[in-house]
Amino acid sequence: MENKSIVSIANYSKEQIKQLLDMAAEFEKNPNRRILEGKVVATLFFEPSTRTRLSFETAANRLGARVIGFTDPKVTSSSKGETLKDTIKMVSNYADVIVMRHKLEGAALYASEVTNVPIINAGDGSNLHPSQTMLDLYSIYKTQGTLENLNIYMVGDLKYGRTVHSLLMSMQPYNPTFHFISPKELEMPEEYKRFCKEKGINYIEQQDFTAETIADADILYMTRVQRERFTDLMEYERVKDAYILRVDMLGKCRDNMKILHPLPRVNEIAYDVDDSSHAYYFQQAQNGLYARQALICHVLGFKLEDITE
Amino acid sequence: MKNKDLQVAALENGSVIDHIPVDKLFTLVQMLQLDKFTEPVTIGNNLESHKCSKKGIIKVSGKFFTDDELSRLAVVCPDMKLAVIRDYEVVEKRDIVLPETLTDVVKCANPVCITNNEPMHTIFNVDKEQGVVKCHYCGKTQTIGNIKLK
Repeated sequence: MENKSIVSIANYSKEQIKQLLDMAAEFEKNPNRRILEGKVVATLFFEPSTRTRLSFETAANRLGARVIGFTDPKVTSSSKGETLKDTIKMVSNYADVIVMRHKLEGAALYASEVTNVPIINAGDGSNLHPSQTMLDLYSIYKTQGTLENLNIYMVGDLKYGRTVHSLLMSMQPYNPTFHFISPKELEMPEEYKRFCKEKGINYIEQQDFTAETIADADILYMTRVQRERFTDLMEYERVKDAYILRVDMLGKCRDNMKILHPLPRVNEIAYDVDDSSHAYYFQQAQNGLYARQALICHVLGFKLEDITE
Repeated sequence: MKNKDLQVAALENGSVIDHIPVDKLFTLVQMLQLDKFTEPVTIGNNLESHKCSKKGIIKVSGKFFTDDELSRLAVVCPDMKLAVIRDYEVVEKRDIVLPETLTDVVKCANPVCITNNEPMHTIFNVDKEQGVVKCHYCGKTQTIGNIKLK
């Protein structure tokens, strides 16, 4: 079934991304636009995620839509053995848009194939999380004034971090130069390095994380190095403090450099960095609201001019 | 052997799958569910071959395979030949090629893929150059030699 679902934005063209960025910017000027009055947005969280759910529900509420849904699959028929298809079919009778999060990979794509109601993927396992990618792109665009020709440094867990993988793929049309800074055990998977090679994207891999190695960054995208990801705990003990960003490492950075983080952070960004002009992770989370407003409007067929009128 | 034609019996009507790797023959026999056939079936293995040192062959009377059935076989051994026989004559001869998309043939190796947890078809896109298949749903790839059939 053909519909305007957003399962991934990795293959979006520059024009499609620009349209979404412009809409997000418009919502930032005024998030309270009741253009979805009379519409119903369903938020189906088969896997709990308070942060993402609140952001989507706030986005829908500020657009004037009603929100239905569940926050925990234990209270739904899924726990009685109902298939995903049946749940989606049932909710499709009620809602104009379905925002869904699921622990299984590919769940959102499958859901989009069984209904005509647009699906927005709010995360499917460790696979895709396009609304996070959209807010990352918006944050980069907003702070740098462009997405073109940027030095993007990705730090920490590059093996399992789906946000860095999605961002990497979405930046492909904009001629980025990537620096992958990680311990050996958590380095960028081969398939993404191959993607870079195929698309002619420059990348540099390194293990040193110092003031010198990040001096040329426009964007420093931090991620958490988690203990449970290591097979060798000795290795974890050796590297756990090597990928912590401290304020004294920012002395040589470019003025325009901004630090992003998908949050929640644990200790990978020291608290004294929060007061630096480079810190941007809390505003980044706020940008999620505008990005999600743009995504909801986009799947319902709204264009920029429909919002500004 | 002097007369190669004597290795297996001639067929009046049906299909011959030739050039089967010897270690794959019985997998194919299972996949085709030849044990359920009532018409004559001839299975030969370790036969001499011009192309490779040994080969397997399956001859099935009265059976003409569909493209769908053949694409399943191609996943297991991609370089086989099919001959269609009518009235003792070969009326069609072709390679059994791997299609670009495999629908409900392969099982995804990713335990947290939706296809392993929902009653649904699998879809895999075939990349012959890289020798891999990629799950349409979860995006995970598997090398063709290591895949499990559904």
